[in-house]
This record gives sequence, structure tokens and C-alpha cells, in this order.
Amino acid sequence: MLKFILRRLGSSLLVLFGASILLFFLVVNSGDPLSDLRESQANNRDQLIATRIAYMDLDRPWYVRYFIWLQGLGGYLLGQGTLGTNRSGQQVADLLANAASSTLRLVVLATVLAIIIGVAVGIITAIRQYSGLDYAVTFLIFLFFSLPVFWAAVLLKEYMAIGYNNWIAEPTLNWALIIGLAVILGLALQAAMAGSLARRAFTFLATVAVVVLGAYLMFALDMWRNPRLGPVVQLVIGLAVAVGATALVTGLRNRSVLKAGLVTVALGMVGYYATYGILFANPNGWIIAGLAVITVLVGVLVGRLLGGFSQGSAVTVSVVTALVMGTAIIAEHMMNYWPALLRVKSRPISTIGSETPNLKADFWVLFLDKGTQLLLPTILLTIISVATYSRYTRSSMLEVSRQDYIRTARAKGLGERQVILKHAFRNSLIPITTIMAFDFAGLIGGAVITERVFGWKGMGELFATGLHQVDPAPVMAFFLVTGTAAVLMNLVADILYAVLDPRIRV
Amino acid sequence: MIPVSSSAQNTGRPAGGTAVVDLAEAEDIKLRENAGRSYSQGALVRKRFFRHKAAMVSLVVLTLVTLLAFTSIGFAGIPGWWDKSYTSAATIVNGGKPTLSLVPQFLGGEGLRWGEHPFGQESTGKDYFALVMRGTQQSMIIAAIVGLLSTVIGAAVGAISAYFGGWVDSVLMRLTDLIIVIPLLVLAAVLGQMASGLELGIIPLAVVLGLVSWTSLARLVRGEILSLREKEFVAAAVAMGAKPGRIIAKHLLPNTIGVIVVNATFAIAGAVLLETSLSYLGFGVTPPDSSLGLLISQYQNAFTTRPWLFWWPGMMILAIALSVNFLGDGLRDAFDPRQSGAHRRKRGFFSRRASVTEAGATTAGGLAAAPTARGAGLNDAPVDADGRPNQPHNTSGFGAGGGQGGL
Repeated sequence: MLKFILRRLGSSLLVLFGASILLFFLVVNSGDPLSDLRESQANNRDQLIATRIAYMDLDRPWYVRYFIWLQGLGGYLLGQGTLGTNRSGQQVADLLANAASSTLRLVVLATVLAIIIGVAVGIITAIRQYSGLDYAVTFLIFLFFSLPVFWAAVLLKEYMAIGYNNWIAEPTLNWALIIGLAVILGLALQAAMAGSLARRAFTFLATVAVVVLGAYLMFALDMWRNPRLGPVVQLVIGLAVAVGATALVTGLRNRSVLKAGLVTVALGMVGYYATYGILFANPNGWIIAGLAVITVLVGVLVGRLLGGFSQGSAVTVSVVTALVMGTAIIAEHMMNYWPALLRVKSRPISTIGSETPNLKADFWVLFLDKGTQLLLPTILLTIISVATYSRYTRSSMLEVSRQDYIRTARAKGLGERQVILKHAFRNSLIPITTIMAFDFAGLIGGAVITERVFGWKGMGELFATGLHQVDPAPVMAFFLVTGTAAVLMNLVADILYAVLDPRIRV
Repeated sequence: MIPVSSSAQNTGRPAGGTAVVDLAEAEDIKLRENAGRSYSQGALVRKRFFRHKAAMVSLVVLTLVTLLAFTSIGFAGIPGWWDKSYTSAATIVNGGKPTLSLVPQFLGGEGLRWGEHPFGQESTGKDYFALVMRGTQQSMIIAAIVGLLSTVIGAAVGAISAYFGGWVDSVLMRLTDLIIVIPLLVLAAVLGQMASGLELGIIPLAVVLGLVSWTSLARLVRGEILSLREKEFVAAAVAMGAKPGRIIAKHLLPNTIGVIVVNATFAIAGAVLLETSLSYLGFGVTPPDSSLGLLISQYQNAFTTRPWLFWWPGMMILAIALSVNFLGDGLRDAFDPRQSGAHRRKRGFFSRRASVTEAGATTAGGLAAAPTARGAGLNDAPVDADGRPNQPHNTSGFGAGGGQGGL
């Protein structure tokens, strides 16, 4: 295993090295780095040109400049490296450090959401092949594939951000919108659940009723401007997740797994009261990260202790339950500060920037501010990735469902849940893993456009500005991040292959 | 491709007593029944394609858009029927509002009307219809050149790499990895900036886009040919003294035509989106020429005041990309009906109830035939409804180490 990883890493590094030479050569030759100064009318024009030549080593051939860049990079092995300077002499490493955090925040969140939603949609459309739902989803996926990102972004800004901002100032009930949404949701849900006509009708009517009533209640309780959850809702969420996860993973008849889930809910409620003070005051990112680690550990521990013969499933159920409850607790604290955010920022979703500049406020308000700014780009990137994931999951599930072992599993008398999740889905995960490795690196590249549209100062902006100015250092810094991400994700995919299918020996 | 049992013709029911091996076969039998005569493989593919409704609608839309774009403002010096130029400014009439109206008068609209400036005017008074048509032309030219170039390069690299193997394979596949590891948009942007510096119009941009977007096809073709070259007909050709060039061109590539054609359409859709993205970012088509992406970039801030400047180019991109994608889907269904959604079947794959009632011949046959239909199946790659990653993923095992899992 270790030998394989090292060999793989070695060949990847060679490819990365070759690609960096290619890219450097192309960037250096893509235009004239002095063109803006040549047309300049400034008195000290010659001096400006001389300074820039000095900063960018323009008096040397490209391979010497590449070598200097590589030397700076190699310096990191000795602890004193540099990524070079841009044309005005700023250290690119500093620029990158600022830019990378916002881009990675965006890309990681979008990838995680896209995998969860895309895989779920893919499985459901494969199960309900050739149904109305399948056709509708297929059409939507084609639409998303063909959507120009920058164009869709402007539409999102206009109709989601500005529309929402106008509405939140003075929320009013828009019955046409609510009923329209309820009907669409009801139709989708009844198509996904399928069954007899009576069951479909029941699903549809129940969904419509729940959505309409829920919207009315949220409005009546002033939830839009003043949202809150409270312990009862937390308990209900926890119970629903524990029971639902158990039903999916092992079925409700496995009592020890169900018990593990329920104990996790109880511990979660204890945690809710225990951390309320810490989280309410003024926490920081480290506290939340620490609590997240503790949450996962508690989940693993409970699953191990109470799982009995099905420890693995019990650990899955309790970790999922613990994580969802933890997220709900964080969400409650965020909601507590929503009115505070509205006070400092009356139009919560602004269409430009990754955070509101010069906002001096509590941790939670800043957190919420970043969250609202993240919303639109994440929706955009997620929509595009979801199309890829769901399409691949669907075709891969259909491919697997033709195999002999699926028929054998049915012949043994296994339930549909086990056939679909354990025998079909597990085996269809390998191609999905490959896509995942590609998609993540591709998304960082795609973020170039998203960042431009939403005015983020991220890595994409670093790249675009660098290329416009024919300045190789920022472009190479961007490539370093995407290239490393590609190599790492492929390595992870290779290891996952072996985990998913023991026949594959790495 | 797959021998059709003659008894199926006699019994009349495809799924009757005979083992129908494959969905493609079942459909071929159905076609025979209706016509009473047999078809060649190509004719069958054509028939399946023409029955794909979405693909047919897309074909019509695409043809209309192409005709409109090239006849209206003319092309390559030949004047068209539209009298306004996309370069000359004019006085703005009525705030530049579009004069096109499609709502009839009895519905409260202004009646069917084409008008002086159907798509309106931009801020210097240029006719927006002419501008959008010019952008559409650019997109079409890009699509054609990129589709051609990336298909030729990709098929050649993939075929040569797989047929010769050894160091040729290693070198070509490492070269492919080299290009894949740089994000497509980044590579295209750098090359696009180079190409727009040449000031030779759109052609250099199209060529460089073609030079970077062949990688996924190369891998797909390589996977197909790795399994094809082990077949008997190749051994026979070698025994008869055929040269490698002839074997690749006459025996191997025609057998991968399905993968190639389908991938070409998705490459075209990808190229249209890539060009508009590059022009939006400022690395593609630059003023005074026009491109759909450039138009959106210039007028995105005018959305609230003059929305038509924003809607037309976007809808045009969407129409082109969507119809090309649907065409690709139709072609895939025609070449490989196993993945098809074109014809509705009662038996869902996962519905237990259905497989019980319809058990026996169809199910058993279908399952048993799946592996053989995929041949030695080193790299069965369902080409999917997307142009983006299009990565050969083999479901039957982990075969082509470097090529598949590489970078």
C-alpha cells in the first residue's frame, strides 16, 4: 500500500512538474507585460518600466525565470521558500493565503452538498427509471449542463438576492408562491415515493398541507425576522434523524442500533444544555471545531459500546445523528443572532463580495454574514455539480442493477433496502469516486467565473488578474493549488477504490 | 452486431419464448416486424435516432438558429437579408426597447410584429439583433472547428496509444495527463489570450480550444480499442499482412464510431460554453468584434434597466448548448440503447413486482448477455449526458491503471 502510494505520488509529481513548465512557458508568451506602461503618459515612465523589469526578471529568458520560481518553491523544503512576487513586488504567497481561504470555503461546501444531493437524486431516479420524475429530473440536468454560469449568476442575484432582500424588510405572505411551491414539492414527492393511486394521493395532499401550514405558522410566529428553535424542536430533529438513519442502514428491527441512535440523541440534548452558555457568549472558530471533534468521538464511542453485533452500522447511525444534532445546535445559535444581523445589515444578502467590509460585530454576526454571502455562489456551483453527480450515479446504478449478484440478492429474499443500498449502491460507488476526484479540481477552476460574477477576492481573481497582466507568479500559485488538489484527490480516489472493492489491490 | 435468433421473427413476439439477449436486439426485432425486412447496422442506428423526439426537436432548433445567424447578417463578405450592421452606431429609438412582439392583439399584446430593432438597441445605438446574430455565428464557427479538431486529435491519440501500447502508450498518456492536470478553463484562458493577441479573428481561438479539449475522447477511444484489438478480426487482418495504419483506420476506429460521435457532440456543447466563458472573462473574443459571452459581460449591469440586452444572448447560448446536448443524448441512445430512455419499458430495474411477473426469458437473458455484449470489457465507458469530466470509468473492474486512475 505504502509503496503504491509513493509510486503514484512520484509519477503525479513528475506530471505536475511537466505541466508547470508548460503553463509557465505559455503564460510568459501570452502577451506583453509592459503594454500598459508603454502607453502611459507618466513622467517617470522609464523608471516604472525599469522597476517592473526588475520585479519580474523580464531581462532574462523564460527558462531562467522558471528556474528562479522553482528555486523559490524548493525553498519551502528548507523552510524559507517564496512563490515569487507579482509585478508590483507583493509577495504572492501572502496574496494566496488571503485568497485561498474564501475559495476553498466555497468549493468544499459546494462539493459536499453536490455529492449528497446528487447521489441521492441519482439513486432515486435510477429506482424510478422512466417515471415522470425521471424525465423531469433528466430535463433539468440537461438544462443545468447547458447553463452559462455567468448568466445564471446574474439571474440568481436579481431574483433570489434582491427579491429576498426586498421581501425580508417587510415579510408578507405570498399565497400564490407558497401554494405553487407546495404543489411542485407534492408532485415531486409522490413521484419519488410511488405506489398505488391512493398512496400517491395521500403523499401529495399531506405534503401540500404540511408546506402550506408550515409556511403559515412560520409567518404567524414571525420566524422570518426572528427565527428560533428551542429544545423541543432539537429533540424532534434528533429523534427523526436517529430513527430515519437506523431505518436506512439496518432497518428498525435491529434494536441495538436503534438504541445507540437514541442514546446519542439523549447525549445530544445534554450537550445542548451544557454548551449553551459557551456558544451563546462569544465563541471562536476553534471552540466550534473542538466541539465538532468531540461530537464525532462521542458518536463513535456510543456506537462501539452499544452496537452489539452490528457495531459498524451503530457507529454510522450515531455519528450521523450526532453530527446532525450538532449542526442543529449551531443553527439555533445562528438564529439567535439573526435579528442582530438584520440590525447592522438591513439587506442581508448583498450581491458582491465574500464578506461585508468593516463589519464590527460579534462572532455569530460575522459568521452569519459570511454565510449569507456564501449562499448564492454555493447554490450556483452546487447546481452545476449536482447535474454531474446525479447523472453518473443514475447510469452507474442502472449498470450495476443488471448484474447477476443483484438477481441473487433478490432470490435470497433480501428486502429492497438491502438490495439497493448494500448490493447495488455500494458497487456503483467506484465510478462516482472517479468523478469526485475530477470534479473537485474542476470546481476550483470553475470558481474563476463564479468569483468574477460575485466580486470575490479569491484565487480565481488572483489568476484572472495575473493572466491579464501577463504575470506568471500569481498564475503559477493558482496552478499550484489546483494541481496539488488534483493529485491529492486522485490519490484519495485510488485508496477509496481499494476500500470499496477489496478485489482491487493497490 | 448481435445475432438475432430467427425464431423471434416467426413467433412475432419479441419477448416470447426466445431469449432476447439485449434491449438493442429487442428493438431491432420490433423494427423488423414492422417492415418485414432487415436493416444494416447503420440503418438501425439512424432509425433509432430519428425516433428520439428530443433529439429531433433539437435538430430543428439548431438548424433554424444556424440558418438565421448566417443568412440574416451575411457571412464572409456575402450580404444577408438584414440591413443593419453590428458595427455601426445609430440614434437610439424609444430608449432602445425591442420592437419584436409575439403576443397577438386579442391577448392584450401588440400583435405579431418584427419591427425596426427586434432585439432592441445597445447603449451606442447598435442594432442588438445584428450583434446577437454575429455572436451566434462566432459560437457556431467555434463549435464546428472545436468539434472537428478535438475529435480528430482525440481519436488519433487514443487509437495509436492503445494499438501500439508500450512506450508509445506511456508517452501519449503522460502527455494527456499533462494537459488534464491543468484545469481546462485555465489552459484555455492562457491560450485564448495568446490567440486574441494575433488579431486574426475567431479562428485561432477555435483552434487552440480544439487543441486542449481532446483529452477525454482520447481516453475513451483508448479504452475501447484496448479491448477491440484483442478480437479475432484484428488478428485476421494482421495475418493477412495489413499495416497498422490500415488496421486502425479500417478495422478499429469504425468500431468505436459510437463513442466518437457522441463525445464529439458533448465536446461541441462544452466548447460553446467555454468560448462564452472566456469571452466573458476577457480572454476570448474582444471588442469591436462581438460574441455572446462578451455581450453578457458588457451588459450584465444593465439588467434592471434594459433587461433585453441580457436576456437575448443568454437565451441564445442556452438554446445552442441545450440542443447540442440533446442531440448527443439521442445519438448515444441510437448507438447504445442499453442506456436509453427513449422507449418506455414496463419493467423497472429495481421494481421487484415487475420482475416477478415478467420473469423468465427477458430478465434472465438480459442479465446473462450483459457481460458478453460488453466484450472483454476492459473499459466500458458509458458516455454520459455531460461534456465535462467524461471520464472512462470501468464498472467491471480496475483495468487500465495509468490511463484510468492517472491524473
